[in-house]
Order: sequence, then structure tokens, then C-alpha cells
Amino acid sequence: MSRPSDAQDRFTDDAVVVNPRLGPLEWLRWGWRTLTSMRTALLLLLALAVAAVPGSLIPQNSSDPNGVAQYKAANPGLTKIVNALQGFDVYTSFWFSAIYLLLFISLIGCVVPRLRHHWTAMRKAPPRTPSRFTRLPFSSSIRLHGVDVDAAVDAGERVLRASRYRTARYGSSVSAERGYLRETGNLLFHSALVGVLIAVFVGGGFTYTGQRVLVTGDTFANTELGYDSLSPGRFFGDGSLAPYALRLDKLDVTYEQRNVAAFGQPLDYTAHVSTKLPDGAWQKSIIKVNSPLDVAGTSVYLLGNGYAPEFTVRNADGSLAFHGSVAFRPQNAQMTSLGVVKVSETTDRKKQIGLVGFLYPTPAEQTDGSFTSIFPSVGKQSLVSFFVYEGDVGLDSGAPRNVYELDTSKMKQVAGRTDPVQLTIGQTKTLPDGLGTVTLDGITRYAAFDIHHDPSQGIVALFVALAVLGLITSLLVPRRRLWIKVREEGDEVVVEYAGLARGDDPNLARAVAELESKHRAALPEAAREPAPVP
Amino acid sequence: MVNPLDQISELLLISAIAVYLIAFVAFALDLARRSAESQAKVDLVRAGSAEVERSAGGGTAVLVAAPPAPPEAPVRDRRPAARTGIALMLVGAALHLGAAVLRGVAAGRVPWANMYEFAMTGTLIMVLVFLVALTRIDLRFLGAVIAGFVVVLLGIATVSFHVAVSPLPPALQSYWLVLHVLVAMLGTGFFTLAAALSVAQLLQVRRRKRAEAGRGDRLRLLATIPDADRLENLAYRISVVGFILWTFTLIAGAIWANHAWGRYWGWDTKEVWTFIIWVVYAGYLHARATLGWRGTGSAWLNLIGYACILFNFGVVNVFFHGLHSYSGLPTSPS
Ligand code: HEM
Repeated sequence: MSRPSDAQDRFTDDAVVVNPRLGPLEWLRWGWRTLTSMRTALLLLLALAVAAVPGSLIPQNSSDPNGVAQYKAANPGLTKIVNALQGFDVYTSFWFSAIYLLLFISLIGCVVPRLRHHWTAMRKAPPRTPSRFTRLPFSSSIRLHGVDVDAAVDAGERVLRASRYRTARYGSSVSAERGYLRETGNLLFHSALVGVLIAVFVGGGFTYTGQRVLVTGDTFANTELGYDSLSPGRFFGDGSLAPYALRLDKLDVTYEQRNVAAFGQPLDYTAHVSTKLPDGAWQKSIIKVNSPLDVAGTSVYLLGNGYAPEFTVRNADGSLAFHGSVAFRPQNAQMTSLGVVKVSETTDRKKQIGLVGFLYPTPAEQTDGSFTSIFPSVGKQSLVSFFVYEGDVGLDSGAPRNVYELDTSKMKQVAGRTDPVQLTIGQTKTLPDGLGTVTLDGITRYAAFDIHHDPSQGIVALFVALAVLGLITSLLVPRRRLWIKVREEGDEVVVEYAGLARGDDPNLARAVAELESKHRAALPEAAREPAPVP
Repeated sequence: MVNPLDQISELLLISAIAVYLIAFVAFALDLARRSAESQAKVDLVRAGSAEVERSAGGGTAVLVAAPPAPPEAPVRDRRPAARTGIALMLVGAALHLGAAVLRGVAAGRVPWANMYEFAMTGTLIMVLVFLVALTRIDLRFLGAVIAGFVVVLLGIATVSFHVAVSPLPPALQSYWLVLHVLVAMLGTGFFTLAAALSVAQLLQVRRRKRAEAGRGDRLRLLATIPDADRLENLAYRISVVGFILWTFTLIAGAIWANHAWGRYWGWDTKEVWTFIIWVVYAGYLHARATLGWRGTGSAWLNLIGYACILFNFGVVNVFFHGLHSYSGLPTSPS
């Protein structure tokens, strides 16, 4: 027996008796009592665990938008049902939210009365000494000579105080209790959980997250237009973006070259960047994968990278039609990359040029004549292979288009699988159908940055730390009561000791035994030896 | 190119498995002997019960401790087979430790960066937690379960998960990750012990019920292990440590995610399961304080929590996809 029945007195009783005739107020009270009962808290916790499962089985919009698209394509029938149940947004769905909101209401309803109860309990004297010790889980007694009752009780109280128990005297007995910290910790833990939730929710409104791809040498300005995509929080306003500029000077990538088992695996990404605040000079910094750069209240993360070949396209008459670096999207670990060059400044605007290119950093020809990349570094060997399309590349319509895709449905293919236009660095090739020439001027890298602003992090961290502190105290501090009772029996004095754990307390037996030996040591010399057994 | 250190590591690991297997046999023999002993004890108690009652009625005892023995005192009875088992576990753990250290040296980093390494180091920690717990509590009756379980896990790991040494992809190069995984494995070590105790507890309850129903005692060795209440308390105390460690796992994971991906929580598959496990164990701790759930109910919750841990390791890692199944840096610049 490690948890006496009175350990349950700290929380709402579960036994709710339903009366046949209840008024609205009683029903309300009954509902509240049920919601804040321990059993409901337990069921809600389990419900929360179960409700979290589907989100790991079905791809989620928040963490895996591509997976969602694939899932929808693969299961058109199921998609309707999943959609109706908000299955692609489980963690913001009405049912998931309902469970945790109920849980937190239950938590508050449970913690507030306990706070009040604990507040009074902490200032109250320990409870009366029980009349019979033998009913308690651990008790012992000794008989002494040569000491009077009061001296024995005094010594007992001193010993208990010295062991940091709170004591009270009831007649010739001492009642002592320790471990109020356990309940304090428990309440701190639960209250801090509420704090975490509120901080996450309110704080989340002030966040923003944006993405930006920067080719080496390019500069980003922290304005709404500077982002490729931006997702602002609820309280995002005009002044939310701190003005600064960030330039990618260089992106260094190292690949494994010695270990055959991991040949070509990336070992390190280091982005060398320069930043500039409105009234400052350019400052150099480094961003790595696990170490973001903090600048002007934002954190800049290096989340992706790839190659950006630089092209020049000239019309047949030699005039410039296009010049620039184009980010190619990596397709595999050896950095075979796919990209699109859209050329609209052609002499004949009806004959715009769309180039769909594959970049093979270290190409190897396969038996069927196609290429593959066998190592992710670029160099003299690197090859870009284009399919060429003629027609409307879609830049004029004004509608935002994906820069990595070309809508070829209304275009004519003039070079394809059998006759691609292939270039190495420095080479110029003639495009078919009199479209002019294309030059591969060089290949640089680009970095994909995520830029975050989350002012609530500090507060969330604070509440988490409080929760941990509370949890550890509440789980590891023993809470127990000890008693000493002294009475006269003829010319002897009988001292009884007893202990009771509140909650789990593996050391209670030892505590009672220690109390006895310490008490004896605190008595006058003459009384230290217990009387011989009659 | 096969790394020679890795080869030695594998050799050590296979030796460790063999030693654990013999330890398992030794512990099993001990359990068999317990069965026989408990029959003898039952006979003895029947013979002595009358006498016990007489002395319990006695008058003024000088020192009265209400329960017969403080539950903390380890029962130091001789069990040669169990002792052999423990000795073998120690030898196995030494080989196992050697295997993990060499793997780490071969890779030039901590040996817990992929499934094979998690399994290797995780089981090592399980064994160590068990051996350390033995110094404080007599848990020898769990030896067979722990040794058997470790053999099975290591067997699966060497056969199905083995991969050559490879460097850490940049996303995994973080102290927080080192800490996160280490604490997760430690927590799992404690949860494993707690789960084994809960199983024993459920068996004890079943045995008691059978006895109350007047039916025979089929698993007689249970008479030699602690009763259901004591097993429940032990399971609770051990899972409390596991729970604190798991709370740190959750937090260290969130900090690492914040460094790597720029958000501390994103409901990625592994994050979801770490959370589920945490909530289930919180439920277990609550169940211990809830009328009607204490005892069998909470023991089942403890086991459900452990099942989630195994699921998270064995199924989620392999079959679910999410950010944690890294092929390296997420490359799509969306
Ligand atoms: C957000 C959901 C909750 C979580 C994650 C949670 C977690 C925990 C944990 C881990 C413990 C054990 C550590 C300790 O004693 O502090 C605990 C204990 C406790 N919780 Fe909660 N809790 C939650 C909600 C609630 C609610 C709604 C109630 C009230 C109905 C409640 C009442 C208690 C009580 C009374 C204890 C002490 C049990 C004991 O003495 O062992 N908790 N909780």
C-alpha cells in the first residue's frame, strides 16, 4: 500500500451521483465536475494520443504538401472523406482542437481548486496525530527509562524540524509533514503547460515565415516583394518586416570522396553571406544547416541548394534575347537537375523560346545514349542537355507561373530526345528552326533560404523550462507524514513512531527507522538504551 | 572499401549476441528452478501456518514493524543460475560496449545515426539500465525477458538494418541531435524495464484471480517473485524516470528541429509519434491516481506506451516518410 486513500483528496472526486431530477444549474455543475474529474482528464489524454495518429498516416498540408497532392491523385475516392474530416490538416482540425481545448479546460478546472487547496494546506499545521499507529503502514515503538514525557516530545520535535519537516504538537505527540514541494511542482507543471499553449497560440500570430532562392551574387531585401513566398501570422502588419538586405557571396559544398559506401554524400554546406542593416555597413557571416543566422529579429536558415547555370541566348540576328542565371531543381543525390529557360525577348514575339534543360554535373553516358550524373560536383565535364520548344512561354499573360515548369501544351517541340542541344561550359550552340544561339556561360550555385521571425520563442522556452522543473520536483520529491507519540506506562516511557506516504514514496520505511534512531540519539544519555524486554 | 574497425565491431556484436543467448538460457534455468522451489515452499507454508498464527497473536512486542519486511531490502537468496546469467550479461555488455565504441570510432562520430546504430546502442543501454537497476532492486526474475528481448532486437538489427559506416548528412550534425537520441535511448531503457514489470504484474493478477476462483496455479514460479502491488510500484518508479527522460527527448528534439528546419514543432511523423508516446505515458501516470484505473488498467497503459515506442522505432522509421527520413538536405527550393 503506497498510496493511501487520502492521497486522492487533492482532486475532484470521481464518484458523481446523478440525481433523477436536476435543474439546469445542477446539470451545469454536474457537467463541470465530470469535465474536471481525473477520469475525464485521463480519457481526454488518451483521446489526444489516438487523435494524433491519423496525421502520421495521411500526408499533411503543413509538413508535406507534395505528399498530399500525390495522395489525392492516388485515392480520388477517399480524398472526399478525408477532406470532409480535415484529414490533411489533422492538427488544426475541429476535432483535434476540440480534444485539446477540452483537455486544457479540464486542466484549468482541475488546477485552480487545487491551487487554492494547496495554498491553505501549506499554511495550515500538519493534521492531528492518528489515535492508533498500528493501522499505519510503517510504525515502531520503544520503551525508555529515565526520561520524562515532555523531554521526549521536545526532542522529537527538534529532530523532525532539523530534518526539515513542518511540525505541530498535539498533546504529547508531534505530527510532521514534508514534501509540500511535490504538490507545488505538480501544480507548477500543469500551470506551465497552460502557459506553453497560450504562448504558442498568441505568439504564433506574430510570426512570419518566408522563402527565397538566392543565386550566388544576388541580394535579397526583407520586404514582401523580396520573398518567393511568405506566410504571415494573424497579427502580421505593415511594420512587421525589419528592413535589411542579405547577399549570397558564396555557397561551399563538400562531398564525400573517400568512403565508397557514401560516395557523393554531402558532408557540409556553408553559405557565406553579407548582411546590411539600413544604416550600417555590409557585414560578413556564415550560415550552416544547423546554425541559422540571426539578423534584425529574424533567423535565416539554409534549407536547400542547387545549381544555377548562366545562359546567354541570342536571336539569329545576333541581338541579345536572354542573359541570366537560372535555378535548376535537383532531381537526385548526384544532383542531376532540371530547369527551364523562358526566352520572351525574341525578334519574332510569336516564336518565343522555351528551353527545358537537364544538368548532369558529372555526366556518364548510359548504353541507350542518355546521360546520368555519377557525382554531384560541377566542372569542365558538366553537361546541359536541352529540349527546345517554340511558341508562347507564358510570361506575357501576367499570371504567376512556376519558374521550374514550362507549359508546352501550346508550343512546338523543335528539338527533343533524339536531337537535344547539348552544351558544356563556354560552348555556344545553334538552336534549330533559325531560333538563334545559346551559350552556357558558367554554372554557379544557389541557396534556398527560409526566413523566420518568431518573437514568442523565448516565452515558450520559459514555460517549458518551468514545466520541466515542476515535473521533476513533483515526481521525485517524496511527500510524507511522520508522527511521534509519547506516553507513560508505569515508570517507563513508551515512544511510538509512524509514517504515511502521500503518493509514491519508496523510502518511507527507512524514514521511520531513521526517525527512531535520531530521536534516541537526541535524548539524554540515560534514556538512550531501550528498556530490556520484561 | 570495408572499414576494418567496423568489421571488428560487427564481430564483437555477434559475440555479444551469443553471450546474451547463453545468459538467456541461464536465466531460463533459474526460472525453471523457481517453479520447483515454489512447490516446495507451498508445502512448507502449509505445514507451518498454524505456528505462525500463534506467535502473531503475542502481546507486547518490543519492535513492531507492521509489514513483515521492508520492501526495499533486496532478497539475497542464492540463485546460482541467475548469478551465472548476470555474469554473462556483464560479459555480453562489455563486448557490446566494445562493438558500439569501435563503430563510433570507425564512423568518426557517435554510434547512433541510423537504424542499425540505434538498435546497437539502444539495446546496450537497455542492458546497462537493467544491470544498474540490479544493484538496487532484485530484478533477476526479469533476466530471461531482458536477455531474450535484446537477442531478438540485435538479431534483427544485424540481419536487416546493417549498413556500412557513412558520414552524417549536414542536417544531422548537431549536438542537440546527439543529446536527443541519447536521451531517447536512455528513456527507452527505463521504459523497457517498466514494461517487463507490468507484464509480470498482469501475470500476478491473473494468477491471483485463478487462485481465488479455486483453479490451479499454472505459472508456479510467480510465487517467487514480488506480488502485483509491489510490481506495480516498481514499474511506476522506473517509468517515472523514463518519463522525465522522454520529456527531455521531446524538448531536445524540438530545439534541434528549430536549428535545422527553423521551427520547433511541425507535426512531422516522428514528432507526432514522440508526442503520442509522451501523452500515453502521461495517461499512465494519471491512471495511477485515478479510481478504477489503478492496477491492471494502468499496467495496460504502460504496455500500450511501450508498444508505441516499439512501433515508433520499428515501423515509423522504416515505412513512414517525413523529414526524419533524410536523404540529406531537403533539396526542393519551394
Ligand atoms: C495537458 C494535459 C495533461 C498532461 C500532459 C498531464 C501530465 C501529467 C503528468 C506527467 C503527471 C505526473 C507528474 C506530476 O505529478 O506532476 C500528472 C499528474 C497529475 N495530473 Fe496531469 N496532466 C494533464 C492534465 C491534467 C488534468 C486535466 C488534470 C485534472 C483533472 C490533471 C491532474 C493531475 C493530478 C491530480 C496529478 C497528480 C497525480 C499523482 O499524484 O500521481 N492533469 N499529470
